[in-house]
Amino acid sequence: MSTTTLSPPRAARRWRKPSVLPGFGLTFGFTLGWLSLIVLIPIAAIFLKAAGMGWSHFLEVGFSSRALSAYRLSFGTAAAAGLVNAVFGLLVAWVLVRYVFPGKAIISALVDLPFALPTAVAGIALTALYAPNGWVGQFLDPLGIKVAFTPLGITIALVFIGLPFVVRSVEPVLADLGKDVEEAAATLGATRSQTFLRVIFPAIAPALLTGFAMAFARGVGEYGSVIFISGNMPGKTEIAPLLIVTQLEQYAYEGATAIAVVMMLVSFTILLGINAVQAAGRKRMGA
Amino acid sequence: MKLRATTEGRLTQFALIAIALAFLGFFLLLPLVAVFSEALKQGAGAFIAAIETPDAWAAIKLTLMIAAISVPLNVVFGIAASWAITKFSFPGKSLLITLIDLPFSVSPVVSGLIFVLLFGANGLFGAWLQAHDLKIIFAVPGIVLATVFITFPFVARELIPLMMEQGKDDEEAALSLGANGWQTFWHVTLPNIRWGLLYGVLLCNARAMGEFGAVSVVSGHIRGETNTMPLHVEILYNEYDFVGAFAVASLLACLALVTLVAKSVLEWRFDLHSGASH
Amino acid sequence: MNRRAFASATLAFGLVLGPVLAGCSGKSANPNAIELTNVSYDPTRELYQAINPAFAAYWKQKTGKDVTFRMSHGGSGKQSRAIIDGLEADVATLALAYDIDAIAQKGKLLPADWQKALPDNSAPYTSTIVFLVRQGNPKGIKDWADLVKPGVQVITPNPKTSGGARWNFLAAWAYGKKAGGSDAAAEAYVRKLFANVPVLDSGARGATTTFVERGIGDVLISWENEAFLAEKELGKGKFQIVAPSISILAEPPVAVVSANAKKHGTTEVADAYLRYLYTPEAQTAIAHNFYRPRDPKVAEQFKSQFPDIPMVTVDKEFGGWGKAQKTFFDDGGVFDRIYTKK
Repeated sequence: MSTTTLSPPRAARRWRKPSVLPGFGLTFGFTLGWLSLIVLIPIAAIFLKAAGMGWSHFLEVGFSSRALSAYRLSFGTAAAAGLVNAVFGLLVAWVLVRYVFPGKAIISALVDLPFALPTAVAGIALTALYAPNGWVGQFLDPLGIKVAFTPLGITIALVFIGLPFVVRSVEPVLADLGKDVEEAAATLGATRSQTFLRVIFPAIAPALLTGFAMAFARGVGEYGSVIFISGNMPGKTEIAPLLIVTQLEQYAYEGATAIAVVMMLVSFTILLGINAVQAAGRKRMGA
Repeated sequence: MKLRATTEGRLTQFALIAIALAFLGFFLLLPLVAVFSEALKQGAGAFIAAIETPDAWAAIKLTLMIAAISVPLNVVFGIAASWAITKFSFPGKSLLITLIDLPFSVSPVVSGLIFVLLFGANGLFGAWLQAHDLKIIFAVPGIVLATVFITFPFVARELIPLMMEQGKDDEEAALSLGANGWQTFWHVTLPNIRWGLLYGVLLCNARAMGEFGAVSVVSGHIRGETNTMPLHVEILYNEYDFVGAFAVASLLACLALVTLVAKSVLEWRFDLHSGASH
Repeated sequence: MNRRAFASATLAFGLVLGPVLAGCSGKSANPNAIELTNVSYDPTRELYQAINPAFAAYWKQKTGKDVTFRMSHGGSGKQSRAIIDGLEADVATLALAYDIDAIAQKGKLLPADWQKALPDNSAPYTSTIVFLVRQGNPKGIKDWADLVKPGVQVITPNPKTSGGARWNFLAAWAYGKKAGGSDAAAEAYVRKLFANVPVLDSGARGATTTFVERGIGDVLISWENEAFLAEKELGKGKFQIVAPSISILAEPPVAVVSANAKKHGTTEVADAYLRYLYTPEAQTAIAHNFYRPRDPKVAEQFKSQFPDIPMVTVDKEFGGWGKAQKTFFDDGGVFDRIYTKK
């Protein structure tokens, strides 16, 4: 391989495997620098503030029984919504990439809507739909199904908020997946469902997992849309971000950061786990 | 037989499309219809009147400006980060990816607070900023910072799985054929990732324009000055001006859809160039 | 990293940071015009929209100078935090004295005895807590005692996040104490009351929307000015106001944020602006916006609009906002107790 004309990766450091591709220093340096500036240093401010309150107070605020039930609610509904989105998001992405049908462009446009609509508007619109006198709620109410002001309502709001994450993560990978592999599988006698499970699904699984993780992480912290539909009953439908706001209302910045730190650490651990699983999966596939 | 093995039967296709549409209709279309019907409750005249107020205009301009600053920043970062992460192997990669994801796991309520703790009057840099009469929070730079933070992972997160899936064979081939680094990136990598990049930009842009929670903490809500469109929506709503609130909200939704039209045009042009790529 | 890469990285940072920092510089001030920043809470928008131009005309006539206003509205607690954190308000016009106390204590931006600077506890307008019921009053709600009856749904926002809801809570407490004669009886009453609350909205306006638009609940506990707004503007003929036998005097205070005003050179105009609120013209605008005026003559004029309700005050009944906040609404306070122990 002749690499004389390019800037060769000189004396590649031991911790990085040598590569013929250039630009590691530039891109890696820029990534770290910008990451530190925008994300790490600001987030360190939260930890600093929380550290200023002392352990016992931190535990008292961050792990009160009320906070624990709020974490359970927030993480539980976010996981449920993430799963719903993983299934239906994959389906939507598949339909958008693979099939031709009238109105596809409009449908595709709709998918981004949850990002564009301010979360408060989404919350108000969903509450208007699912309240007992709403368009949908009036049919559910006689059946004894209560959506607004219950955990079910929170889950619906989070499905709304998280859907684009899954669809938009899976879509490019699915579009990029050449038909040749599938054709090869078919020539070798695989049925369609075998091809999907053995060939297509493994290829899109990392993207799907990413989408799920992002929808989940976003759902845990969501505030604007949820407070309208949740009802905010302490211990029942009180989400963790609401507790942060109530701490702030008492001018207890430390208390607010304590809850924020707990939430952040849990989310971070879950995301790290998912990313590690993906990395392991890639290694096994030999990529 | 051959056809059935690489695609689904008509009935299956129809069923899948129907399920997907039903799901989207229920979860996306219905809320959108609710927003528009509220906005148009008192006719198109009231809708236009709500959008034409000077405060609404100032909010629209500010929102577009914020998006115009923060989206390019995240595009540059996203490309750099995904290049470093997918084209090289180094330990701690999962950690780095997770750190990039971090803004997603921070509640919007907190992501505004972060910048208050840094740049607020009692924050870490507060005294220094005041001494130099620099305003960051409760002014435009603070809104930009909060928006960049919120949308930080979008482009990178969109590109990483895609570039991971593509591997680096194409780039290595280009290099071995004598292309330099920039040429390789420009002529090989960029065309390969263009759809992912476009999606990333779309998402980033939509979110940048629609962000409420974090921006609301750092904006100061000064009418005509630091109110973005989502904040203006909240204000109108809190004034019981439901028509106005939903009118501005639906305009915001439309603005995000404009980017989608741009995407469709691009798609169409690219398809003319390269033929059906798949 | 080689040198070229380092140079490019630096350049990239420059390109990226340039526009951000460029936006940081403050605005150039016009010496002829005075700009006054009024940071207020949500429901006062119409009020100050009426008063600001009138004051500008008055000030122009008096001093020959132009004054323009920058208005900021939001939840009272959030606005107070913004001022503490550096939002440079010249005047703060918030929902409770507690929120301005916080600016004095945590931000040290105005003296601790700010409330003595202006007449009537620095509250140029007052309001109270009343009930809003559906037209015809189908559940026959006449007083606080009716709210705890089985089958009555009460809408009130969450006192942990809403300033207005704290007034509601204290008014209910005052009734419970008067009816039962003790703090224990008051707590029992409030506990029963909140057992009838199906939704705790995060803000007063959210609660009004739940009641008015969603059709949830039989009675909304609300500020009087908000109830008037709902009765007269939101749903004409759909709601009516019920005045309870006892309520609380809500005094939304105003104050010059002296440190900021001094910095901007606006102390004089800011003080004049707040004093202007006590003039008959401003008091009339206040009454038109459904707040109770302080001026006896104007009050007499609008007598028919505001029912006569016996009212307790926070200072006399609860020992001031600082104490009330601590006893009832801070972590581990009475409100938390109601929801943790059944």
